Amino acid sequence: MSRSRFSLGVTACLLAGLQRELLLAVRSPGNTINPLMFFVIAISLFPLGGGADTVFLSSIAPGVIWVTALLAVMLSMESLFRSDFEDGSLEQLLLSPQPLYFQILAKVFGHWLVTGLPLVLLSPLLGLLLALPAQAYLPLMLGLLLGTPTLNLIGAIGMALTVGLSRSGLLLAVLVLPLSIPVLVFGAGVVNAALNGLPMAGLLAVLGAMLALALSLAPLAIGAALRISVN
Amino acid sequence: MFSATNLFCERDERVLFTQLNFTISAGEVIQVQGANGSGKTSLLRILAGLNADFTGDISWQGQAVNRRRETFNAGLFYLGHSPAINKTLTPLQNLRWYCACHGFSDDTAIVLALADLGLAGYEHIPCHQMSAGQQRRVSLARLQLSVAPLWILDEPFTALDKQGVADLEQCIDTKVRQGGAVILTTHHALQLQCPVRVINLDELQGVGA
Repeated sequence: MSRSRFSLGVTACLLAGLQRELLLAVRSPGNTINPLMFFVIAISLFPLGGGADTVFLSSIAPGVIWVTALLAVMLSMESLFRSDFEDGSLEQLLLSPQPLYFQILAKVFGHWLVTGLPLVLLSPLLGLLLALPAQAYLPLMLGLLLGTPTLNLIGAIGMALTVGLSRSGLLLAVLVLPLSIPVLVFGAGVVNAALNGLPMAGLLAVLGAMLALALSLAPLAIGAALRISVN
Repeated sequence: MFSATNLFCERDERVLFTQLNFTISAGEVIQVQGANGSGKTSLLRILAGLNADFTGDISWQGQAVNRRRETFNAGLFYLGHSPAINKTLTPLQNLRWYCACHGFSDDTAIVLALADLGLAGYEHIPCHQMSAGQQRRVSLARLQLSVAPLWILDEPFTALDKQGVADLEQCIDTKVRQGGAVILTTHHALQLQCPVRVINLDELQGVGA
């Protein structure tokens, strides 16, 4: 083993993990596009089913967009650990000498970049569909920008716990949806506050605090859950 | 180098092994034998730290493994039943990620390792377009990239052709000569130049029953 090796630190290992996650998304685009399509289609059903009354639509818009975003995130979680569990890559991830905490963070962040971020970027368009006034677009996007990564991290805990089961979809929803309620309440609250001309900095700060909490604690829970799942 | 003391494992109310003790030092090979379902894979997964359903102590260089997981992981190469190869990615992408997980980046070494296993020219082909044996070889290319002193190999000869088997045996021999230690299971008659110690799980089960 005299060959010189270019040794890497933790950061480079994280970048490699992130790169792999993005490559996987490019190679199997269905995993990324389907939740996004669900988000668009489910929201566009509301004006069709609920009538074209703009006052009514704009009053339900914050809740509808946030609930649908939450469900779309849960749908997208299914692909997070599934293929790695089936082909054994997960075992190698757990046996890697690099810190598991950061590897999981890189993986979830990569997953958010391809599933969560498009939701954030598309949301004003869907707001338009629900007759949401223009002054609420920015609060909606900011709220989703802080909220979707939190939902991803919470969903990843549930996914890590259920990845060993063959049909985990409904169980995942039962486990994870109750935990996502605070994010939903404050996220929709931000948009409602903007609609009523109330200050929203406090609500955004709470969403930020929840993200910070999830960033620091969720990877530990995900790691522990993955160890149980491969056992 | 690596030792297990008083291992006991029970699965579905059936004792797989009890009072299992062994030590492996540099330059040794241990073959775990036993009938199907006798707990070979369970034992290897316990040793690698993937399975926690056991009692007993496992230590690496004199220290308990569960206290120093990352140090142990740096010294371990584990090859499981599943190849740990993502089929939508190319061999190069798969192995790059593996290398990065182990803290290095060396594309030349990856290409060389693939060429050694007869996969020159396949670096950029998605793994799902390859045969089972070729996918297995991609997985085995990690052996050549690994600098870990301890190898734990679960059925490494599966799906390999005759030449592949001979190459892998040679690879194990070289590892052992360089001071590595190898624990493996196989149903194939090993033809190694180095001496092989055998742990037979069928006999151990008798002790416990």
